[in-house]
Amino acid sequence: MSERQRTGYGIITLTFLVAFVLLVVPLPAWLQWGRPEWVTLTLIYWCIALPQRVGITIGLLAGLGVDVLEGSLLGQHGLALVVVAFLALILYQRLRVYSLLQQAAVVFVLVGISQLLCQWVQNVDGASGLPKLFLLPALTSALVWPFVLHTLRGVRRRFEMG
Amino acid sequence: MHFNNFKSGRAVLDSLAYPIYWVANLPAKVGEWTDTHVRSRANLLEDNERLAQENLVLQGLSQQMASVQSENARLRALLNSSALVRDDVLVAELIGVSPDPERQLLVLNKGTRDGVFVGQPLIDAEGLMGQVVEVSGGTSRALLITDVTHSVPVQINRNGVRAIVEGAGEIGALEVRHVSATTDIEPGDLLVTSGLGERFPVGYPVAEVTDVERDTGQAFAHVVARPRAALDRTRHVLLVFTAPAAAVVAPLPEED
Repeated sequence: MSERQRTGYGIITLTFLVAFVLLVVPLPAWLQWGRPEWVTLTLIYWCIALPQRVGITIGLLAGLGVDVLEGSLLGQHGLALVVVAFLALILYQRLRVYSLLQQAAVVFVLVGISQLLCQWVQNVDGASGLPKLFLLPALTSALVWPFVLHTLRGVRRRFEMG
Repeated sequence: MHFNNFKSGRAVLDSLAYPIYWVANLPAKVGEWTDTHVRSRANLLEDNERLAQENLVLQGLSQQMASVQSENARLRALLNSSALVRDDVLVAELIGVSPDPERQLLVLNKGTRDGVFVGQPLIDAEGLMGQVVEVSGGTSRALLITDVTHSVPVQINRNGVRAIVEGAGEIGALEVRHVSATTDIEPGDLLVTSGLGERFPVGYPVAEVTDVERDTGQAFAHVVARPRAALDRTRHVLLVFTAPAAAVVAPLPEED
């Protein structure tokens, strides 16, 4: 692993840590349901930007991190983010040429799929029913996607990664 | 569906999560710090006076405490039940809430190093808050009584009727389940822990009944209660250490 690659992984880890902090930052009750899935968004960005480095393994690790932070069943978000990483890796060539609006639509679908997977796991584990607002995070994630994209692209160019 | 082999590993991972919660909590910490350090003299004087008055009132109320307690112990001895032991408490600080809006979980800054254990009851100044469900070295996770998966055995303080209080999944609402339509329960009734189930100690206030709906078509009355504890406002909570097996007795009938 070259020196440059190592700093690359350091920066990627750092962005995930920031996403973890944003995940647990306290929000007022009325905003709780609309919290964007920062970790998922970060994962999608790196899968599109550096598909040769970030993929399913990083997705699994990030998902386990989310599980630990949320106190959910270990592996629940792991599974969801592995699927998201897999889909993002399939789609990255197309996503790169999409307009911002089209990208946001795909992000909506990807985050929606991860939410659905988490719900399934929770239902198997004993929770009942599908909450009415479970797709709201997908919507807010799609809305903040341009912001995440520009921030992380700025980070990537600043540190001349990939 | 739970694999116990992962429990110890999970505890290690949980302690790794602490720094992230700590950072996320920084803005609140700064706010708290400025609240306590940047205050006017007039404010402090006012506070001081208010607290002195409050202290006087509480001291007045507690004057009879000693005699009432020994009387209570004597009466309990007459009833052949074990004496109630005073519970020890440990003050813990809230460092996070679960970001998942469907679960009502808190993260506390005390763990196994402070003697916290799974199943430990959690209270605040007003009433029961929940119980500890996961412990790591320096942190623990507590489930609030309002979580849908949480139930507390209670009794009505007024007449001793036993019931089960379940969480409704939102802060500020609890449901009293399986209360038959003829049960003597009214809005305003205080529900206290009954100690049945041997998880929660006896006598902590849990909730106040706000609404009783007796539908003759249904087998059970629909009873809604409001938790006494300030579940979404407290920053400091008390972890209760109880002596094991405090026996339960029905309260004495009220003398009219």
